[in-house]
Amino acid sequence: MATESTTDFSLDSAAALAADEGGAIEGKSPWLLAWRRLRRNYVALGFLALFVVIVVMCLLAGPYAHHVAGTGPNDNHLGETFTRDGKQVEVVSKGGFTGGTFKAGGIPVGPQLWHAGGKYVFGADTQGRDVAVRLLYGGLNSLKVGIGSALICTLFALVLALIAGYYGGWVDWVIARFFDLIWAFPVLLLAIALGTALSINGFHHFGISIQSGSLWIPTLVISYVLIPYIGRPLRGQILSLREKEFIEAATAQGAGGVRVMFSELLPNIASSVLVFFALIIANNILTEAGLSFLGAGVQPPNPSWGTLIADGQSRIQTAPWLAIIPGIAIVLTVLALNIFGDGLRDALDPRAKVRIEH
Amino acid sequence: MLAFLVRRLVGAFLVLVAVSFITYLIFVKIPGGDPAPRIAGRLATDQNIADIRQKLHLNDPFYSQYWAMMQSLFTGSLKSYSSQLNVVQEIKRGIPATLSLTIGAGIIWLGFGILVGVISAVTAGRLSDRVITVLALIGISMPVFWLGLISRYLFAEGHPLSFLPDGEYVGLTVNPWQWFVHLLMPWTVLAVLFIGFYGRVLRSNVLDTINEDYVRTAKAKGLPPRRVLVKHVLRNSLIPIVTLFGLDFAAVIGGSAILTETVFNLRGVGQYAADSVQSLDLPPIMGVTIYATFFIVLFSVVVDLLYAWLDPRIRPT
Repeated sequence: MATESTTDFSLDSAAALAADEGGAIEGKSPWLLAWRRLRRNYVALGFLALFVVIVVMCLLAGPYAHHVAGTGPNDNHLGETFTRDGKQVEVVSKGGFTGGTFKAGGIPVGPQLWHAGGKYVFGADTQGRDVAVRLLYGGLNSLKVGIGSALICTLFALVLALIAGYYGGWVDWVIARFFDLIWAFPVLLLAIALGTALSINGFHHFGISIQSGSLWIPTLVISYVLIPYIGRPLRGQILSLREKEFIEAATAQGAGGVRVMFSELLPNIASSVLVFFALIIANNILTEAGLSFLGAGVQPPNPSWGTLIADGQSRIQTAPWLAIIPGIAIVLTVLALNIFGDGLRDALDPRAKVRIEH
Repeated sequence: MLAFLVRRLVGAFLVLVAVSFITYLIFVKIPGGDPAPRIAGRLATDQNIADIRQKLHLNDPFYSQYWAMMQSLFTGSLKSYSSQLNVVQEIKRGIPATLSLTIGAGIIWLGFGILVGVISAVTAGRLSDRVITVLALIGISMPVFWLGLISRYLFAEGHPLSFLPDGEYVGLTVNPWQWFVHLLMPWTVLAVLFIGFYGRVLRSNVLDTINEDYVRTAKAKGLPPRRVLVKHVLRNSLIPIVTLFGLDFAAVIGGSAILTETVFNLRGVGQYAADSVQSLDLPPIMGVTIYATFFIVLFSVVVDLLYAWLDPRIRPT
């Protein structure tokens, strides 16, 4: 601790204080300070780790299907049996009378955990497909759509907000009205409308060609409908930043539009962009699940967490695991991202009020 | 105030024109190719297709196509091509269920949200405060349709902890008690997502307001703490909640309510659109999209006016 006991706390004594603690005053960048705050937030880091574990597990879907479960995500095993603790078990029960008692047919086998040597860990569905394999492949698709749409959405919103905020005038007017217009539609309904219209023939305009079953459709639909939710607050921040002296100084030094936008304005909103990005992934995974649940998102036979829940809906009484397990996967992923996003916001700017509306 | 109202209405009208034009682009232009067989759906006959081509003026330039589409929407002649039912009438049939669901859920989430927010602000930093924060995060992280499925599995008729009827909508005028009992679970499921969130927003508003000078004055002149809380703190902290509620209520009609109606089979407007997704039957989706967006745009005008009335500081002169 400080050995000086002077009450005259000038800059010199502060330097002396630092020297006493074993070093000169070092300049710390805001990013370093934020990282130090985040590093102490064990809850946020723990949930980040959970998210990373989920992503890695989904990435390992292929090897898992191949080496552990021994079946692909769309292979059906109706009428087949497997060995459980030395006994033969039907994947989907045939039903009928066995030994005088009636058994209902068409009921898939429940979660086996490790009793069947890695087969049917989370049971089978009504087609005799392995739920655990489909869960991982579905997770991969949900994460692709969620993270992909978050990237596209954030990027477009950022560029539009920078252009609108920097140039102002009629450019700003056009971009702001564009945001208002998408904002006027209800998010899910617009996504359903676009998703359904695009699932008929795909998209073939402006030299871009997307087939109707492609994952690009939900990805682009979700990024489009959510652009104003990031673009509007970012534009607001840039409008207030561009009146600051440092922008005037940069312009006076002869910096052009691109330079001011990307090396003066961007670093000042980078922390908000980062927080928005974490929170919008969570939001997009939920939107994808809702869209796919209604049939306007990821198209069969491609699984996603939303389509898996939709498949399990009609079997909620006889085979509840079909709907419950993918739902738990969604809740854990989204919760992890929301808690990490909150922690990130607290670390980057404790006073900021960044929020994703939905 | 009148100028404000007029300006707001003109703005809303322009938004509606643009919204309807975008809807036209989505349903007629984006998919490319000949839209007539597509609008007609999978089960259409050649006669249907010829009818549509003629009715929607598909051989004419785009502005008369757009005008024809708007006419068919607002004269109520738009028909679903998989069921041949009139879209406007089907939407009207769904309105009572949708409004019952959203208004009931809105009352629950606003009421409990305020209760929870006040409790967590008064006990800030203590256990109940932290529990509410955790519940709010879990609430916004759950897919509403999944929560609905799970509650049906656990609590509805024929299920393990059965004590409520399973889905379906009973008209308020048909049987008020059955209406209430059938909607209790959908209301709760839809509201749970918002209670924790509103609690958190109100909590931070209350904590901000408590430090205002007029609250100190009220305490200094010796008002009982309860009166300070209700008359001075809460009254001012609730104003932003009213705007938030207006926006969320409108958003729910075109969002979470669709999923809730579908899971509980309430046969509302949202489910009508969702059911048409499977058959790629576009007219119902087009009708619901445009009517819901119109409703939301006009509703936001009402919210703005209400906000101006509640808070004289932002009232335009």
